[in-house]
Amino acid sequence: MVVTSGADAVKAVDQLYSFLNLKIDYMPNYELNINNKTYQLEAEANMPLLWAIRDYAGLTGTKFGCGMAQCGACTVHVDGNPVRSCSYPVASAVGKKITTIEGISENIDHAVQKAWIELQVPQCGYCQSGQIMSAVALLNKKPKPSDADIDAAMQGNLCRCGTYQRIRAAIHRAAELAQ
Amino acid sequence: MQTSSSSIKRRDFIRLTGLTGAGFLMGLSVKGENGVAAVANLTDAVQSFELSPFVLIENTGKITIFNTKPEIGQGVFQSVPSLIAEELEVSLDQVTIKQTGGEKQYGPMQFAGGSMSIRSGYNDLRKVGAAAREMLIATAAKRWGVPVDECYAENAKVYHKSSGKSLGYGELADDASKLEVPKSPKLKDPKDFKILGKATPKPDVPLKSSGRAKFGIDVSVPGMVYASIEHCPVFGAKLLSYDDSATKNVKGVLRVETCNRKFGPYTYEAVAVIAENYWAAFMGRRALKVKWDMQGNEKFNSKAYEQKLRDLSKSEGVIDMNEGDFDKTFTESANKVEAFYETPMVSHSPIEPMNCVASWYDDNKLEIWASTQVPGSIKNEIPKEYGIDPENLKVNVMFNGGGFGRRLYLDVIHEAVQLTKKLGKPVKVVWTREDDTQLGPFRPMTFSAMKGAVSAEGKAIAFQHKVISPTIDYNPKYDKTKADRTMTEGISEQKYEIPNMKNLFVLADMHVPLAAWRAVTSTTLAFPHECFIDELAVKAKKDPMQFRLDMLTKDTDTKKVLLKLKEVSNWDKPLPKGWGRGVAQYEFFAGLCGYVIEVSKKEKGVKIERVIAVIDLGTVVNPDTVKAQVEGAAVMALTAAIKNGITFENGKTVQTNYHNNPLVRINEMPKVEVHILANGGPTIKGVGEPGLPPFAPALCNAIYAATGKRIRKLPFDINNIV
Repeated sequence: MVVTSGADAVKAVDQLYSFLNLKIDYMPNYELNINNKTYQLEAEANMPLLWAIRDYAGLTGTKFGCGMAQCGACTVHVDGNPVRSCSYPVASAVGKKITTIEGISENIDHAVQKAWIELQVPQCGYCQSGQIMSAVALLNKKPKPSDADIDAAMQGNLCRCGTYQRIRAAIHRAAELAQ
Repeated sequence: MQTSSSSIKRRDFIRLTGLTGAGFLMGLSVKGENGVAAVANLTDAVQSFELSPFVLIENTGKITIFNTKPEIGQGVFQSVPSLIAEELEVSLDQVTIKQTGGEKQYGPMQFAGGSMSIRSGYNDLRKVGAAAREMLIATAAKRWGVPVDECYAENAKVYHKSSGKSLGYGELADDASKLEVPKSPKLKDPKDFKILGKATPKPDVPLKSSGRAKFGIDVSVPGMVYASIEHCPVFGAKLLSYDDSATKNVKGVLRVETCNRKFGPYTYEAVAVIAENYWAAFMGRRALKVKWDMQGNEKFNSKAYEQKLRDLSKSEGVIDMNEGDFDKTFTESANKVEAFYETPMVSHSPIEPMNCVASWYDDNKLEIWASTQVPGSIKNEIPKEYGIDPENLKVNVMFNGGGFGRRLYLDVIHEAVQLTKKLGKPVKVVWTREDDTQLGPFRPMTFSAMKGAVSAEGKAIAFQHKVISPTIDYNPKYDKTKADRTMTEGISEQKYEIPNMKNLFVLADMHVPLAAWRAVTSTTLAFPHECFIDELAVKAKKDPMQFRLDMLTKDTDTKKVLLKLKEVSNWDKPLPKGWGRGVAQYEFFAGLCGYVIEVSKKEKGVKIERVIAVIDLGTVVNPDTVKAQVEGAAVMALTAAIKNGITFENGKTVQTNYHNNPLVRINEMPKVEVHILANGGPTIKGVGEPGLPPFAPALCNAIYAATGKRIRKLPFDINNIV
């Protein structure tokens, strides 16, 4: 949605926050599978998955940035697909396989992480968990992505420090390392 | 995270004597539970020995270096400890780095701002490392009964040259710590550097590539509750009443409390919803009904304010700089140019939203965990405001999820402290992105009225830059009779030799909270300044690079930067049809950088084809970090040039989140090529900020060269120029 005025902005927010008003039957108990571990939690149905991951499972690698799927800092995988967990109701995650940044390697040795370290991608680092999760999902689908593939897959992840040039180079490097 | 301080029993205290040139660093004794031992969370089993407050060596050989500079993405978690490690003869992977929290013994420079970290610490911190090294060598020499000059330090050990025997630092630390601290330790010859000047990997990168780095928002302490705070988006509104009946029905909500957001001269009233978890606090806040008295500030609109600035530009203003006779030269000139430039207000928008954890305990003790650029200010200001002994405040500096100037301010920290004091338990305040976008503080706009004249031979003979803007200076002693040097930053410091110059400043009132933003006012002033230089070059019918160089007869750093840009950009090489090339530089308090940017015409807009930066440093600590900083500065400057600024309608901020306050995304980032000028000279310039100011003018000068369209107002739509 193109926003050109204050009224548009309010409309856009309502639209993007519409999931908050979803009528889901009250279900106090959830069982989530995060990084192959089972977590039990009691929460409102409309609570985004992000807060289940951060406040209940205590996995703080997944970040809160915008709350409306605009920045990508909260990106996790749900059944292998990149998802903005800040706008994904916890109720929808039940029975699915959730992977967070903590779940992609034990020893920081995933090809994407190795490339990130080799090219010294992070500056402040806050967006990088989300960037890495988007990059991992991209490489799982396209082991040798083009620049256009990277643009398409990584456009949803903002970086205020401006590490985009290195992110691009690191994804190409990770593709080589994974060969 | 632990709230308790360490209970280590220190065997003895080490009285440190002053060190020339670094008195504040080492001339203090460290005592008691709040000293470094507490910060380091040592266990009783280990003995530790300070060689200065900055270096702690345990008998196990573990080495801790204390870093006074908060890491906000600028690389100081590597670069600042490296200054000590280099001289101490240890590598960074042999060292644990601890952030200081405003403790007295670490001096007044515990902040990240002004591109100051390396500049302010380069010599003093090297001396700290060198002094510790000399103390360790002296101890080994004494133990072996050999002269000191037969020994040397390497790889955390002291060696005896002829015999080859060695002792680890852990074995020497106890005795070494009892020695006098050398007053003038010998610094290493830069040609022997192992870390400094090299592209050394940053130790925080693996943490930040695995979700392990802890930011302020990641802090969790036992018994902690969460707060989501409702502020009025109309600044200066007074709280009339609130209805929390629906809020209290939200599961997990515990209480509703008022608090004040303190910022500069302002105190903003607010209502906080306290809950068992973040989501409950946020949902409780959504259910809250608050009534505000807008105090007339709901009449504030950006369009009217901008017109007010245009009207104000007709007043004379106060003099920032006056050389030669501008008025006469300009009036009598046959070749004059006038132009008016406008820039927007913008937000900092770090991706980590504002947050703070605070814990008030034992009636008068306080612990704070924060993403902050200013632990020193927290330690100074918070105890005063809330009536506690500074010794009873512990500040934990976390990784900052972006700073850019936003985390120079304590407004959110005040809120967390007030709430924990009221509740008597730890509180975590987390702002939403909407709070962050709408509540500021914002970088102010500056408008610029430019006048200039060129001679018949094509030389600039008169130049005037008049700045019209509100101020970010909230000093109660603010002097309206003088030019505000913060708001005229750099305009009278450029090195161009123009014989008649008169720069002016006109102050405008503003009730919206304003703040420093990365590269401060230079980020708005370089744009009119360097674009107008181009306008004069056009009037003079000169090449913009040559026009600049002709005004730089003296051997200055500005001239060096332009010559380097000319060389690396192949300035004189013709471009394809439809392309244009632009140049700009800007020297200001933080340092000096210049760009050549090339663009091509594309449909109605332009595409950025090439970005070449030259940054002048004198001395470089980590060239890869420097490149990263300039790459990032270019992106931030591009966002400020082509994306929405912050505007107001009916007193409220129009923009709310990243969908209507967008940032440049990966597909919009041009390739940035960075060249570093570092001649090893004694003047060290800053890194974090200089890459921003000259970007927009270089881009707009390139657009003029490609399209003939002169852009005088930011932001502009890069896809719709002609």
